Amino acid sequence: MSLHKLSDDLVPRSGQGVWLLGLSAAAMAFLAVFALALSVSAARLAQSWASGLAQTATVRIAAPADQVHEQAAIVLEVLRTTPGIAEARLIAVEEQAGLLEAWLGPDLPLDLLPMPVLIDVTETADGPDLQGLRLRLSAEAPGAVYDDHTRWRRPLAEAAARLRGLAHLSLGLIAGVMGAIIVLAASASLSANAQVIHVLRLVGAQDRFIARAFVRRITLRAALGAVAGMAAGLGAVLALPDPGAGSQVLTGLGFHGLDWLMPLSLPVLTALLAWVAARATAFRVLRGVT
Amino acid sequence: MCANAAGRAHSGSRSMIGFDAVGHDYGGGALFSDVSLTLEKGSFHFLTGPSGAGKSTFLKLCYGELRPTQGQISLAGQDLAAMSRDALARARQRIGVVHQDCRFLDHLSVEANVALPLSVTGRAVDEQNLSDLLAWVGLRGQAKALPPTLSGGERQRTALARAIITQPEVLLADEPTGNLDWEMSQRLMTLIVELNRMGTAVLIATHDLNLIRYVKTQVSARVLRLSRGKVIAAGAEL
Repeated sequence: MSLHKLSDDLVPRSGQGVWLLGLSAAAMAFLAVFALALSVSAARLAQSWASGLAQTATVRIAAPADQVHEQAAIVLEVLRTTPGIAEARLIAVEEQAGLLEAWLGPDLPLDLLPMPVLIDVTETADGPDLQGLRLRLSAEAPGAVYDDHTRWRRPLAEAAARLRGLAHLSLGLIAGVMGAIIVLAASASLSANAQVIHVLRLVGAQDRFIARAFVRRITLRAALGAVAGMAAGLGAVLALPDPGAGSQVLTGLGFHGLDWLMPLSLPVLTALLAWVAARATAFRVLRGVT
Repeated sequence: MCANAAGRAHSGSRSMIGFDAVGHDYGGGALFSDVSLTLEKGSFHFLTGPSGAGKSTFLKLCYGELRPTQGQISLAGQDLAAMSRDALARARQRIGVVHQDCRFLDHLSVEANVALPLSVTGRAVDEQNLSDLLAWVGLRGQAKALPPTLSGGERQRTALARAIITQPEVLLADEPTGNLDWEMSQRLMTLIVELNRMGTAVLIATHDLNLIRYVKTQVSARVLRLSRGKVIAAGAEL
């Protein structure tokens, strides 16, 4: 053993506590990768729902057959003259069939279904005065209902936000458990090496020198374990089956672009957590050792 | 100089370790009491006494491993009771100690153990000096060996080398030649006397009267006797 590297070897390498710390760090990093993937995917989903449906609305006209087209024309005219409406167009019957096909299958007997007339509306950034518009529509086309999608978009956005919150809670729990494991491992290591501490103290070592020897070992093991766990977690995320373009929920579970920085930073964050927790534990334990 | 006769003058700048009316007990009665003495720079003391008299305890008090139950101890001019752990560590960096049970880091080599007092203070280890020191104590061939593989004598020589590698201001040794043959004992004592001549204060606990006689032929050493709870001057007969 080189004398120049002596400070790295003051703490004996034996002891299953430190080995288990590496394993625990790997497991926690593995779980953290999935929690992060869930978090960014939930955020992406919420963003998709919000941006995809923002500034859009649908006018549904349910009126007797002899009035429905007349009311549709009135509605289109009202919309064209309403500030805040960028575009309004009638949705063709074939297009409606295409929308329903995903739910009811092909070859729909549309002539047997009481289909409403739908108008697709694109709002400007400022949007229309919804209350005024609804009043006008109810006066001029009683069968028209202006739906700005808020009714079903809000619960979806809330669900995505809760999913993201759960992912963050999971990350917090993982960090807490990891911190607790590090504290236990550091305490066990310091207790198991009481004789080493005693000898170091007798030859004049100060607390920060002794603590550094233990903290360095624990931080290194935790970081190496986190690297292994992160690699395994990323491999598992990449190996997830592709649910296909039709899926609305699982599509894109994983990381894109700068998202990759989050899982890649896990070893650094683990090392930082290990350093802080182990250092605090070491000084606390050393204060109690006379 | 001694003890109860030596007065309480340990506040001078030459005082490395001072005892002022120090007593110690383990809860079952006083091991010794009212001990006052000063270890000054360049002084040489032997501490003798029967087994169980408290020689090892006395040495442990000298470097702060134990705290006195009575009185006051000063290390390098500072009151031991008021010293922080870091201040005590700094004081110990100026004291070399040879423990009776040696106390090594068993997973480190002999040379690493000997260099430990330098390493813990961030001082560079001059490998040539280290090699010369190990050669002087007859351990060049064991430089890479682990302490558990050493004989009792080799362990004591390793402990002595570790104690003196920093050229400490004080050297405390508890039976440093207990497992050595006479030739090696003389050799190590010659080394310690050399250190003493360079200003290191030395306190050796031993019951080896021949060793004391040998040293007294080379240096003015004082002998303290720990007996019946008191430290008294002795050695005039040696």
